[in-house]
Amino acid sequence: MWKNHSKLERHSLLLVLGILLVVSVGGLVEISPLFYLESTIEKVKGVRPYTPLEQAGRDIYVREGCYVCHSQMIRPLRDEVERYGPYSLAAESMYDHPFQWGSKRTGPDLARVGGKYSDAWHVQHLTDPRSVVPESVMPPYAFLSEKDLKVDDIEARLRTLTRVGVPYTETALKNARADLEAQVDPTASGASLARYYGDKVNRRDFDGDPDRLTEMDALVAYLQMLGTLVDFRTYEAGAPENQR
Amino acid sequence: MSAPDTHKDTGPVPTTGHEWDGIRELDNPLPRWWLWIFYASVVFAIGYWILMPAWPGLTGYTRGMLGKSDRAELVQDLARLKALRGQQNARLTNASLQEIESDPELQAHALAVGQSVFGDNCATCHGVGGTGGKGYANLRDDVWLWGGTLEDIHRTLQYGIRSGHPQARFSKMPAFGKDQILTPGQVGDLTEYVVALSGRPANAAAVQRAAPVYAANCVSCHGPEGRGDPLQGAPNLTDREWLYGSTRADIQAQIHNGRGGVMPAWSGRLDPETVKALAVYVHANAAGQ
Repeated sequence: MWKNHSKLERHSLLLVLGILLVVSVGGLVEISPLFYLESTIEKVKGVRPYTPLEQAGRDIYVREGCYVCHSQMIRPLRDEVERYGPYSLAAESMYDHPFQWGSKRTGPDLARVGGKYSDAWHVQHLTDPRSVVPESVMPPYAFLSEKDLKVDDIEARLRTLTRVGVPYTETALKNARADLEAQVDPTASGASLARYYGDKVNRRDFDGDPDRLTEMDALVAYLQMLGTLVDFRTYEAGAPENQR
Repeated sequence: MSAPDTHKDTGPVPTTGHEWDGIRELDNPLPRWWLWIFYASVVFAIGYWILMPAWPGLTGYTRGMLGKSDRAELVQDLARLKALRGQQNARLTNASLQEIESDPELQAHALAVGQSVFGDNCATCHGVGGTGGKGYANLRDDVWLWGGTLEDIHRTLQYGIRSGHPQARFSKMPAFGKDQILTPGQVGDLTEYVVALSGRPANAAAVQRAAPVYAANCVSCHGPEGRGDPLQGAPNLTDREWLYGSTRADIQAQIHNGRGGVMPAWSGRLDPETVKALAVYVHANAAGQ
């Protein structure tokens, strides 16, 4: 048997097939079970798809490469939990495409930054990071306040996400643009926003300029909801089904 | 393949028998050290499969004989940490704020906890030393927007200011200029009035014109003498402390826009005893009331 590999080595097509077969074993064994095992994603209450405004903010987060310096993954380690709060659950990024777990922290982890600071702080910090954190090395993103948010393609963006399994309903998609605008306008009814995304959605003018809908609005809306969906009073960290 | 042969130039090492244009290929064995590490890692992998969570199945995965779980270990780690902090922390939970402050040992513990938590959570806005900045209150002086007693500070920490928490401290200064409650001229006069209140030289005519405007619009929160009201978070206008700046332009901007900052509620994010420790820390570092 050990001598017969010469046959494989002399037929390039056979060799390529053999290589693919061997390499795919690793992927099949390690990755494919994650798609069918029930225990992959914890069953917790509260996780919902992003609102149109949050998704628009998330797209800006990805566009600006925030993940290069900021992770969104609190590991189950004592010191991380002490500093950042409860460790990240798989359920919390189940609607993330692509996920923003990150691999390097030049700045702090952002998985639970939602609600930790005020909107005004976020705007000031994004505009001039060193005005609030003198030792920061973060670049300024002041231009976000100047750029109007592109809203006409939000329905198409959300529709694309349904292709990879994010459960936006057809009516939610049709309402996406109105819902986006309702989230930054506290005087709008917001009933449709509440119907599709729950009544805990943050609704206010995020960037301190009620007259304009800017990219700053979207990014701050996204940052302010990070890690706030799951109610950890109802999550049993010690339960056997949550151990891994 | 032909039988291995040797060649006079290659010594005892056999060749593979392949020959290309007279060039033959030596058949050196794998280095022993490499081969044994390879075998050892195969053996290690099998041991690892048995001991640790490894193989996925149809409904779950093999848990391994050691029953290793990062999340279970974390639960124990946190319990150990709690035990390590132990008695002092338990006393923090039960003691009142005054008891914590009057017991030197307990106060030292609270200050240590408070300092570390302040650095992680509060310094981002209030500054590393707690000296604040424009829009973020200075916590090292004796001026308090919402009261500087231990209870006041504790309550502000728990529920925040304009945080959306049902028990949050809340007040809203009208945007007198932006919402066109007052004319630009009146806002300008009021600016002079406020400058005069803080004991600085101001345009006397403007101050006189602004007096009735102040009485009609500002007195209910800032008081007839401008001394403010901590119950409404209305700042004292007669002192040297200015949240949004002391210059005429700053004061005018504040009357025009009526900004009010947001402080998050910490009761859901931090343990009750940690919030208590923070209150004691903040109170101790300021010229508290």
